[in-house]
Amino acid sequence: MRDPLSKKIVTIPPSGIRKFFDIVSEMKDAISLGVGEPDFDTPWHIREEGIYSLERGRTFYTANAGLRDLRVEIHNYLERRCGISYDPDKEILVTVGGSEAIDIAMRAMLDPGDEVLVPQPSFVSYVPCAVLAGGVAVPVELEEKDEFRLTAEKLKEKITPRTKILVLPFPGNPTGAVMRREHLEEIAKVVEENDLFVLSDEIYGELTYGEEHVSFASMPGMKERTVLINGFSKAFAMTGWRLGYACAPQEILKQMLKIHQFAIMCAPTTSQYAAVDAMRNSDEDVQHMRESYDQRRRYLLHAFEEMGLQCFEPQGAFYAFPSIKRFGMTSDEFANRLLQEEKVAVVPGTAFGDSGEGYLRISYAYSLKSLKEALGRIRRFVERLDGKS
Amino acid sequence: MREKILAVIEKNSRIDIRDLAILLGENEAAVANEIAEMEKEHIICGYHTLINWENTSDEKVVALIEVRVTPQRGMGFDKLAERIYQYSEVTAVYLMSGAYDFTVILEGKTMRQVAQFVSDKLAPLDSVLSTATHFVLKKYKDHGTVLCDEVQDERMLITP
Repeated sequence: MRDPLSKKIVTIPPSGIRKFFDIVSEMKDAISLGVGEPDFDTPWHIREEGIYSLERGRTFYTANAGLRDLRVEIHNYLERRCGISYDPDKEILVTVGGSEAIDIAMRAMLDPGDEVLVPQPSFVSYVPCAVLAGGVAVPVELEEKDEFRLTAEKLKEKITPRTKILVLPFPGNPTGAVMRREHLEEIAKVVEENDLFVLSDEIYGELTYGEEHVSFASMPGMKERTVLINGFSKAFAMTGWRLGYACAPQEILKQMLKIHQFAIMCAPTTSQYAAVDAMRNSDEDVQHMRESYDQRRRYLLHAFEEMGLQCFEPQGAFYAFPSIKRFGMTSDEFANRLLQEEKVAVVPGTAFGDSGEGYLRISYAYSLKSLKEALGRIRRFVERLDGKS
Repeated sequence: MREKILAVIEKNSRIDIRDLAILLGENEAAVANEIAEMEKEHIICGYHTLINWENTSDEKVVALIEVRVTPQRGMGFDKLAERIYQYSEVTAVYLMSGAYDFTVILEGKTMRQVAQFVSDKLAPLDSVLSTATHFVLKKYKDHGTVLCDEVQDERMLITP
């Protein structure tokens, strides 16, 4: 029989997360700090809208680009929160999570051999999506000394005549890094000079602690060069609804819509109706969740400090990214031993790119009670490694 | 800082002052001081425990009583309320807008005990015009807390 598989897909390694997940699943009664999603349920009024839409029998397709009401609400939201205006009819597309938006943006913009700069450590999808779209993914190493921000120098080093897209994943998963206005200005200049396009994944934009998030698309002259990706999963605790959106100049969005139309048709209708309510009525819920994450973030950082686990202060998302370099183990070894010896699951930094070596991703989207228990175990483990007990 | 302290301890009054200070990013002594101040000012009036008595072997009956009264000259609602809330079986008294004046929440061992309280103590009060007693059949949620079994974390253990 012939080989049924595409050579391209076979060469893409499975997600490093997946590998670790399989190990964790076999461990009975492990406690996990490994999830990448909120611990809150979707606020009830949003769920209720979803239920109501089912009761009303709204089980049809929507427009390919998504319900017009929702696109208008997304427009309003972006204007209110980020000060950018996108045309609901031509520049906004509702997708199946931010992930689909990443995929179709790459497919709409890349020709074979085009290079995509992917700052790492970062979310697991950028590289495979770039490769599947025929592009060449070029990692840009982020460093702790820069608080895991992308700097203009680092960016310039990797630019070649073939560079077309820069992925800008901030606030960052797994690092919790944020880019403030002055940092974005630096990047915008390089983007302009080198005629690049930017895929700005701002899915954690609502979750910053300290200064408010600045959208890259709001930087002068950048809207024309940016595909802005956002969604409902993180800010509104709606991961399972699978709903995101992309905003881009009409020329790009039109092609993305074409792919979406053939591959997906439209995002889930129930989710879209619920999302209309999420955009209209959730400012207080979001504020409440943000405050709650912030409290736990402080708790986690304090605990790391006490046990001598070095960690830069994350100011976004709900992850901390402590360094374990001083223990002389790889991230994989550390995470595996922590799991075996103390039954705590965390994700090795290498799951997010080679430059994650020496770090762990620890999520604080957990109740204080769970955090306390898990941190107690991590502390015991660290003390044992330090020969203190 | 006060509002933030209250928001946390309203849900968990047993939290360590130390943990509370860490959560809020404040100094421990300052938090302790603020709490002491709020106790003095009767902003914090107590640290009670939310008990689901249904899960114990103790029998308890809770009733909500609507009370209509005529406030008497020189003795407004407050005085009347005091005559009601002094009884130890009364757990809460609220002055209401609308069709009646007081909501009185009452705890007793048996329905008969509650009924007796209403007929012997509450109804005969001079200013009380009428009472309507409603017995609580089941408590689903109290003090913002759902009383049914705790929900498990059903998320996958590791996700990107």
